[in-house]
Amino acid sequence: MDLIKLDNLYKTYHLGEMDVPVLKGVTLSIGHGEMVALMGASGSGKSTLMNILGCLDRPSAGHYWLDGQEVSRLSADARAMVRNRKIGFVFQSFNLLARTSALENVMMPLSYTASGLSDREGSRQAQAMLERVGLGDRLDHHPSQLSGGQQQRVAIARALVNRPPLVFADEPTGNLDSRTSVEILRMFQQLNAEEGITIILVTHDATVASYAKRTIHIRDGMIEEGVYGHEGIKSSA
Amino acid sequence: MRAFYRTTLMAFKALRRNIMRSALTTLGIVIGVAAVIAMTEIGQGTNTAVQRTIKSMGADNLLIQPGTASSGGVSFGSGSVFTLTPQDSDAILRECPAVAEVAPIVRARTQVVYGNRNWVPVYIYGTTPSFLKVRDWEDLEEGEGFTDQDVRNGTAVCVLGQTIVRELFADESAIGKEVRVQNVTFRVVGVLSKKGANMMGVDQDDILLAPWRTIKYRVSGTSASTANQSAAAATTDPSQKVNSLSGLYPNQGTSLYQTPTPTQVADTPQPIRFTNVDQILCKAASTKEIDLAIKQITELLHERHRIKTGQPDDFSIRNMTEMSKALGSTSQTMTRSLLFVALVSLVVGGVGIMNIMLVSVTERTREIGLRMAVGARARDILRQFLVEAVVLCMMGGLIGILLGRGVAVLVRVSLGWPTEISVLAMVGAVVVSAGVGMIFGYYPAWKASRLDPIEALRYE
Repeated sequence: MDLIKLDNLYKTYHLGEMDVPVLKGVTLSIGHGEMVALMGASGSGKSTLMNILGCLDRPSAGHYWLDGQEVSRLSADARAMVRNRKIGFVFQSFNLLARTSALENVMMPLSYTASGLSDREGSRQAQAMLERVGLGDRLDHHPSQLSGGQQQRVAIARALVNRPPLVFADEPTGNLDSRTSVEILRMFQQLNAEEGITIILVTHDATVASYAKRTIHIRDGMIEEGVYGHEGIKSSA
Repeated sequence: MRAFYRTTLMAFKALRRNIMRSALTTLGIVIGVAAVIAMTEIGQGTNTAVQRTIKSMGADNLLIQPGTASSGGVSFGSGSVFTLTPQDSDAILRECPAVAEVAPIVRARTQVVYGNRNWVPVYIYGTTPSFLKVRDWEDLEEGEGFTDQDVRNGTAVCVLGQTIVRELFADESAIGKEVRVQNVTFRVVGVLSKKGANMMGVDQDDILLAPWRTIKYRVSGTSASTANQSAAAATTDPSQKVNSLSGLYPNQGTSLYQTPTPTQVADTPQPIRFTNVDQILCKAASTKEIDLAIKQITELLHERHRIKTGQPDDFSIRNMTEMSKALGSTSQTMTRSLLFVALVSLVVGGVGIMNIMLVSVTERTREIGLRMAVGARARDILRQFLVEAVVLCMMGGLIGILLGRGVAVLVRVSLGWPTEISVLAMVGAVVVSAGVGMIFGYYPAWKASRLDPIEALRYE
C-alpha cells in the first residue's frame, strides 16, 4: 500500500472577496521507502502542497490518505498527533532552540509523544539518533557552537527521534555551502536506503532534486511528473 | 504528573535562557510582594503596639456597679444601693472564663496629708493587687505594689500615683514615707508609672491605691456618702424608704409569695451581706470576648443575687465600647489599606508580566511553530506559556518574601519599629503571585496557542 495517496486535491485561499485557487486537483501517490523531490517555482503551489502533505494544513476538497489513514478531515489536535508520530520535519533555517543543547533539541518532540517515555529512555534514544547522524561527541553543544551542517544534522536527528516513516526536508541545503549540502543529501540517501524512511525533498534546485529517485514537478497547482527541467528556476524571480 | 513536571522543568529552562530579562520582568512582582510583606510586618507590629496602648487605657475593662435605689419612681442614681460584695468579685474570677482579672474597688474621697502639705486625690481606691493587672499598670516607677496578704490583714500601706507624689513630696522619694488619710497612717510602698489623663480628661495619676479592707474599715466608713454625694439621700434602711403609694393601694401589704417554712429557710440560707464594695473592675480575656464576659457576669450575678427573669438587675455593667470600637477599626483600616496597596502593586507587576510574555511569544514564534510541527497541540503550547508565567511570578513572590522579610528586619534593627512575622501574608503573597501569573499569563499563552504553525514557521 502507498504511504501517501492524494486524490483530486484542491486548495483555495479566500483573500477578501476573491478566491485564489492554489492546488487544482492534485492526484499523487508515493510508496513506502521512496525518495522523492518536490520541485516547483515560487507561487506554483509547492509550499501549499507540502503543508498539506505535512498535515500542517487541510485541503479544501479531495482526499489524502497517509499510511492508510484519511487525514484531510482531521481536527488540529488530531493532525498534531499524526505529525508527532508519522512525520519528521527538516527546515531550511534549521529551527533549533537557541541556548539549548543538541541533546535537548533532539529530545524536544518526545515531550509531545502520548506514549510518554521516561526522561532517561528519551535521552538514550536522542543520543542514539545524534550518534546516527555523526554528532555523538557534540551532545552538550548549543546551536551557536555548531557549524551549519552540524546544526542541520541535529535537525535531522530531531526529525528522526520519533522514528517516523516519513521525513519532509524543506530546502534542507538552502543555507549551506555546496560541500556540506552534499554531505546532508548523502545522509538523506543513506537514511532512505538503510532504514527505508520515505523522504520528500522540497526544493527548487535541480541539483538537489537529482539526489532523489523520483521528481515531482508542480506548476500552477498541477502535477507534472518525471520531467527534469529548468522551467521552475527560470520563472522564479 | 510527569507531563506537569516536564512542563515546569521546561519553563525553568526557558526562563534561564534569558535570565536577565526574566529577573527584570519579575521585578515588579518582587517589589510588590516585598512591599506587601514588609508593610504587613511593620503594620502588624505597629498595630499590636497601638492596640497594646489602647488596651492600657482600659479598652478591655468592664466596670460593674451596683444598681440604683429608687423609691416611688424617684431614682437615686447609680451606686445608691449596696449589692456588690467582695465574694461576687471572687466568684466572677472563678466562674467566668471570659474574664481574665477582677479587682473589687472601694472608693473614698478625702484629704491625704504628708508633713505640712495636703492634697485631695481624685481617686482613693481600696482594692486588691490585681487592680494593677486589670489596668495594665504593673510596671511601677518605684517600689512595689501591696500584696494579697496586705489585703487580708488590712495593712495600712499604699501605692501613690505620680501627681500625688509631686504634690506631697516634690523632689523627695516617696518610698517608705508615711502619709495620713483621715488619721490613718499609710506607709508608701510603691509609686505608679505615669499614665496621664484618660479619655475624659481626668488625671489618672491622681490616685492612691491601698488594700480594700483598709480603706473600707479604717478610712471610708460607708462609702456612699463620700463617693456619691447624691446617693446620701438614699438610705439603706427599708423602714425609712419613701413610699407614698402604700396608702393608696391597701393590697400592697399582701405578699405575693408563700412565706417560707423554717425548713425551706434552712435549706436556702440567705447570704447576709457583711461587706459591700463600690465597684468591681474586670478585664476581659480579650477584646473579642468582651460581650461574652458581660453575658457570663450577668448570668452569674443573677444567680448569686437571686434575680429572677423579668426582675430588674441590681447591678449594671459598663464597657468601653467606644475604645474597643476604635481598637477594631484601627486594625481593620490598616488591613484594608494594606490589602489595597498589595493589590495595586501586584496588578502593576502582573501587567509587566503580561507585557514581557507577549514579547516573548512574538519572539519565539518560530519556536512555537516548530513545536507545533513536531506534534505539540494548542493546549500543550498554552500550558507551556502559562506555566512559564506562573513559575516566573512565583519565583518573584518567593524572592519578594525574602526581600520583604529583610526590609522588615532592617527596619526593626535600624529604626527600632516593632515588626511581627505574618505567615498569612506570606502564604497570601505566594498564592496571589501565582494567581497573577495565571491571570496575566493567560492572554499571551492563549495567543501563542492560537498561532498557525505554517505562519509561525515562516515568521521572521
